[in-house]
Amino acid sequence: MGARLTRRGALAAGAGGLAAGVGLARRGAAGATPLPVTEIAPGIFVHRGVHELASAANLGAIANVGFVVGGDAVAVIDSGGCARGGARLRAAIRAVTALPVRYVIASHVHPDHLLGHAAFVADRPTFVGHARLPAALAMRGAYYLDNLSDELGALAEGTEIVEPTLTVAGEAAIELGGRTLRLVAHPTAHTDNDLSVFDEATGTLWLADLLFMERVPVIDGSLLGWLGVLAAAQAWRAERVVPGHGPASAPWPGAARDQVRYLERLRDDVRARIARGGTIEEAVASAGDGERAAWRLFDFYHARNVTAAFTELEWE
Amino acid sequence: MCGRWLGTIALTLGLVVASLGPAAAEAPSEAWPDLRAWLFANREIRDGAEVIELSAPYRAHDAAVVPLEITALIPQTPERYIETIHLVIDQNPAPVAGVFHLTPESGSATIATRVRINEYTHVRAIAETSDGALYMASRFVKAAGGCSAPALKDHEQAIARLGQIRIKPITPFVPGEPNRAQLLISHPNYSGMQMDPLTRHWIPPDYVREIEIRYGDRRIMLVEGDISLSENPSLHFSFVPDGPGELRVRVLDSEDRAFENSVPLGRSAES
Repeated sequence: MGARLTRRGALAAGAGGLAAGVGLARRGAAGATPLPVTEIAPGIFVHRGVHELASAANLGAIANVGFVVGGDAVAVIDSGGCARGGARLRAAIRAVTALPVRYVIASHVHPDHLLGHAAFVADRPTFVGHARLPAALAMRGAYYLDNLSDELGALAEGTEIVEPTLTVAGEAAIELGGRTLRLVAHPTAHTDNDLSVFDEATGTLWLADLLFMERVPVIDGSLLGWLGVLAAAQAWRAERVVPGHGPASAPWPGAARDQVRYLERLRDDVRARIARGGTIEEAVASAGDGERAAWRLFDFYHARNVTAAFTELEWE
Repeated sequence: MCGRWLGTIALTLGLVVASLGPAAAEAPSEAWPDLRAWLFANREIRDGAEVIELSAPYRAHDAAVVPLEITALIPQTPERYIETIHLVIDQNPAPVAGVFHLTPESGSATIATRVRINEYTHVRAIAETSDGALYMASRFVKAAGGCSAPALKDHEQAIARLGQIRIKPITPFVPGEPNRAQLLISHPNYSGMQMDPLTRHWIPPDYVREIEIRYGDRRIMLVEGDISLSENPSLHFSFVPDGPGELRVRVLDSEDRAFENSVPLGRSAES
């Protein structure tokens, strides 16, 4: 780039993203602290998100993010909660390899998974997402940016909504040079735009937020759809799984056990309440009793999950 | 014009849930005097006390789906009944969330529904009895973003299901007494502050504006709705059946689409 780079002081959508991305990339190469990552399998690196709400202190790094290094290219799987976080992930990549970032995959629309994308724009990768991701971004992107501004203040600077340039409606494969990643676009589950990634070389299944461990799952799509996707996925063979929240790596299918129990419990309790002519308030007060001790951040999300389950199941 | 999501929802994993305080204990509402004058001129409004109560969840877990219950403390009789209930959310862009027109056939004026709440606000139920008196119950609710949060967890499903009406009896059928039922209308109830993913423009408001409930030919309730009602409007209500018959619901939305459904009640399944 021959042009002088300018820093952007405010969030905005559109053409400024490239300048911001390049600016951050420069800063990243010069001095963004690399995110600590664990190599969970040869060439697969994961950063564990913290079990907290997004804040200035944690830069929104509350989800598991990482990358896969192939023979001639790198794929990023989820970029983090803000552009600065994305820059730190990029620095972590550069600490490991000089290979180009060819793909940046968004597992789904939630801000803790894709608001780091702007940090990679200068690499000119293919941004990948579920076929329904553009619609979800159109509906929610501005809202997420506003919230980020509230949560992170000036630290949100440079964060943009980056649209996917490749969308997946069924299945797709991407090549990293002797290493193939298989992508599957799922029916509505955690959200209506969940994408999973499978690394054939190591048998690693990256489920992102289709799988929560330790942190309470969040229903933002369909409770029943999510149980269906999990049931199908549990039949897949994999050496290990990467959840969207929780340990960097876990055995499969055992890692799904707690979440399936939680979702089934919600489903059964809420169905019973609806069958008795009960109200949302009654369901919130009692559904999923006993699950609280098993999950972090339970009080922030469980009642909302019950509400979501209720408004879904009352249509059965 | 109302604004919506974290939701359903609009969901941002970072937003903290809001909480509900005790009845009307917070700072006086700046919006209420004008609303009051507009809706009720100089008429006296008495404390709800023995006529009407309002309950809302202690914590609004989802500001786009806040369950409210308005409890009638008097029965609906031809001599005296609650004729109208105004549900007002002071700080919402569309503060009159609903106007419920009731009859003696309603049996009980106790109703429950779900609303969007946009910011910390007083929520009020003002009942007008058939003798022309006004009574008010109110709560202060701490919730935010209900109107501006993104809509629709499952966009395609919402469009496919538009206009479906479910009518669910809740209590066993007993003629001559108030029976309880719930109706559900599948409708995005767009507030006007969500984005159309295809055109990238704001989706205009598109919401349920009228719900009529009849038992046979007799009107049970007429509801005037607005964008403060949650997506997929829900209503718990009472009705007094005179005998076996049909509970009928007719819905009109702001685009003049009409939807209808009915359920037969009271015919025993003789085996």
